[in-house]
Order: sequence, then C-alpha cells, then structure tokens
Amino acid sequence: MRQDTRMELELGGVAHSYGDLQTLASIDLEVAPHSVIGLVGPSGCGKSTLLELVCGLADPTAGRIELGGEASAEQRLARCALMPQRDLLLPWYSAIDNAALALRNQGMRREEARAAAAALFERFGLAGFERAWPAELSGGMRQRVAFLRTLVAGKPVLALDEPFAALDAITRAEMQEWLAAALRADPRTVVLVTHDVEEALYLSDRVAVLSARPGRIVAELSAPAPRAENRDAAVTDPAFVAAREEALRALREGSR
Amino acid sequence: MRRWLLPLALIALLIGLWQIATSTGAVADALSLEDFLVPSPTEIASSLWENRSLLAENAWVTLREMLLGIFCALAVGLGFAILMHRWQVLRDAAYPLIVASQTIPIVVIAPILVVWFGYGITPKIVIVALICFFPITVNALDGLRSVDPDAVKMMRSLDASRWQRFWRVEAPAALPSLFTGIKIAVVVAPIGAVFAEWAGSSSGLGHLIQSDTANFQVARQFATVVVLAAMALVLIGLTALVERRVVRWR
Repeated sequence: MRQDTRMELELGGVAHSYGDLQTLASIDLEVAPHSVIGLVGPSGCGKSTLLELVCGLADPTAGRIELGGEASAEQRLARCALMPQRDLLLPWYSAIDNAALALRNQGMRREEARAAAAALFERFGLAGFERAWPAELSGGMRQRVAFLRTLVAGKPVLALDEPFAALDAITRAEMQEWLAAALRADPRTVVLVTHDVEEALYLSDRVAVLSARPGRIVAELSAPAPRAENRDAAVTDPAFVAAREEALRALREGSR
Repeated sequence: MRRWLLPLALIALLIGLWQIATSTGAVADALSLEDFLVPSPTEIASSLWENRSLLAENAWVTLREMLLGIFCALAVGLGFAILMHRWQVLRDAAYPLIVASQTIPIVVIAPILVVWFGYGITPKIVIVALICFFPITVNALDGLRSVDPDAVKMMRSLDASRWQRFWRVEAPAALPSLFTGIKIAVVVAPIGAVFAEWAGSSSGLGHLIQSDTANFQVARQFATVVVLAAMALVLIGLTALVERRVVRWR
C-alpha cells in the first residue's frame, strides 16, 4: 500500500452502543480505494452495525468515520451503497426494475434507468431474466440482482453484509467466483462482512478479525491471492490455507 | 374444478332438503304456521321473478348507499392509516379510540344520524362508512407496519427520499393487507345499509324487508335477502378481481 494514496475509508476509534449494550469498541481501520476489506467475526459482534455506520444509516456513539474525506452521515449515505443480508428484492418490481432502483430514486426516467441496468445484466450473466419477478429467480440469481442493484447506484464504496450466507455451498462458491470477476471488471472499494473466513480471504485484499461483543479488531491479515481467477486453486494453495488457519485461530481467541 | 363443485353440490343438497321440508308442509306444521309463512325455494324463485323490477329498483338504492359508504370509508381510512403510520404520536393517541369506537352498536347510532341528516341518502352513507372504516383502517395500518425495516434501510442507502420510500416500498407492501380490509368492508357494508334503512327510509332493500314484515310477504323477504347476498358476493368477487390485477407479483 502506497503511503501517498488517499484512503477511501477511514475509521478512527469508532464505538457504538444501543442503550446500555455496547456493540462496538474502538475500531480503527483504513481502506485504500478499489480494495476490498473483509470483516469476519462471531455472530452478534456488531459487524452489521459497523456496516450501517459506514453507510451513514446511523452515527457512531464515539469516533470518526470518513468516506473520501467526508465524515457526515449524509455524505456517507451519498458515497456508500449497502447490500443487506437478505437480498430484499422488492417483490412488486421485475428483476430489472429492482436493479435500477437507485437510478430511479436518483430521479432518472424509467426507460433510461432500465437501459442502464440492462447493460449490466448482459455483462454479468443475467441476460434474459430482466422481466422475471424476484419470486421466479433462484437464490443465486437473486443475489446477483441484489449486487447489481448495489453496483448500479454508482457509489465509490459498497458495503456487503453477508451477501451469500443464505446460499448452499456450491452456489456460494460459484457466487464468490462471480463476485470476484465482477470486481475485477468494475473495481470498487468494498467492505465485505461475512462469517465465512474462506470467503473473506478469497474476496478481500485484507481481512480484519473482530472479537465477540463489544467488537474490536483482534487481527488483521493480508490475503495471499485476492479474487484469483481460479478459485479452487487459490483456496487450496498452502499460503491461503495458512492464512485461513491464522484467521480461524484469531477468531477462536477473539470469541472467548 | 373440485373447489367449485363441492360447495355447489352442498348448496344444491341444502336447497333440495329445504324444498322437500317446505313443500310437504313439514316445517310449517312443526312451527304451527300457515304454509305461506314458510316459503319453499321454488316459491322464493317465482317471487324473485315476479318482483324483479321492484327488487332491482330497491337494490340499486341500497347498492349506491353501500358503494358510496365504502368509498368514503376507503378515503378516510387510508388517510388515517397513512397519518398514523407517519406519526407515532398520532397512532398512540388515536388507535385506542378507533378500537373503542367499534364497541358502540350501529343500531344505536343509526336513529340519531337519521335525526341529524334526515331521510335522504346521507345517514346511510355515514353508517356504511362508519362500519367499513374500522376494517379498512386497521388492515391498511397493519400493512404499512409490516414493511421490513431492512428494506427501508436498503432504500435509504440507495438514495430514496421519504416519499419514494413510501411509494416504492411501504405502499405496495401494504396492498395485500389493504385488500383484506376492503373485502371485510364489502361483507359488512350490506348490514350497515340495511340497519340505516330500518332507522328511517322510503326505499332500498332494507326498507322493503321491513314493509314486507308488516304484510307477511315472507317469500318476497327471502327473495330480497337473496338479492342482498348476491350483491355482496358480486362485490367481493370484483374486489378479488381488482386485487389480482393490482397485486400481480403474488
């Protein structure tokens, strides 16, 4: 990481509480533009809360979050798009209208928004499904549309909350390869929350391991082969296996 | 097919039994009544036919009261539900009142409204609207509140204004529940209209039933009930049809 590169996302001493319940304790993090940071941690460690804070959906109780040098919640909302845990495709819109949602919200006319989203459908292997209702799509397809919906918003930072948690193992591996290809083609700064260490190490440049609540970062490691084209080869590489072991050890120690 | 056939067969069976019980005079004898006070299905059918223009005339009066009442309830109920959804304070203040208002029997209010609004159509519309207001408001509010909070967060993150969040997420999510409310309203609307007519009117199916009671026109009373029920059924069917056209994603 070059020192003169301006960080896209910076967290300094971020803490958060809901009433008396402290969910996050002093998180410091720096993410360079177009890099992916993976956040892994035990359930309930405040990972999803951290994403909401980054996206500007709420303000932290203490500390500072800057996106592209801007710290206000409004600016963060404008610079970051959230892909929530479940796909949350709106059942009353077709796949293409779901993907084009952000553009419509930004005031684009329906036909223009559809055309813009359709180009991505073509590019990301969803051609032919534009008119389908969400209920007619498979789990993997729904996640693809949900990711495109986040991508189409045109924001520099994407916050992905356990994007593939609901999928079966085979579909999940396929989707990881698909997402890796999508990010190679259209690089963004990504904050990826997952409980799957392998997923985090394959998709991210760096992985931060969070402790049990109140969440803090207990380890930070570099991924050996971020978003490699051949996923099967990448995840069985000795360096990858060693990194996975290290992350798992940190996860276990942080969970105590 | 089976879904239609079985209930139809049961209705046919019940009407058949009724026909046998009445045409043999068994029911009238058991109740020690004159035969004409216990009409058979065929007598009711012929009364329906003979009185078709009278029934149609009065059905139109009652139908108009019902439809106008339902539309008023829909306008006010939807408005209320949206306001209560938007402002928690308003919901906390008004919701118990709306529930409590349902404990006041419509039979008691009807004559008062006639005193206030006279014998015209106004008190009928008010009464129908009063009883339709509750199911519509409560179901619309439930629908609006059923929205997934994560979907709202997602929309905020995708630059949706409050207005866009309402039209693109909350309103469509509330539609199925709203239609449930409308269907209930359509079922209770005839009750309201009939009560309102009993409290004071010179036409309508309720009025017809009342005057037929005085003249022991029992066959025509049954015929009137059949018309009333058929009207409600057609309205429910139409509502379901509109629902299927509007809520296409289900």
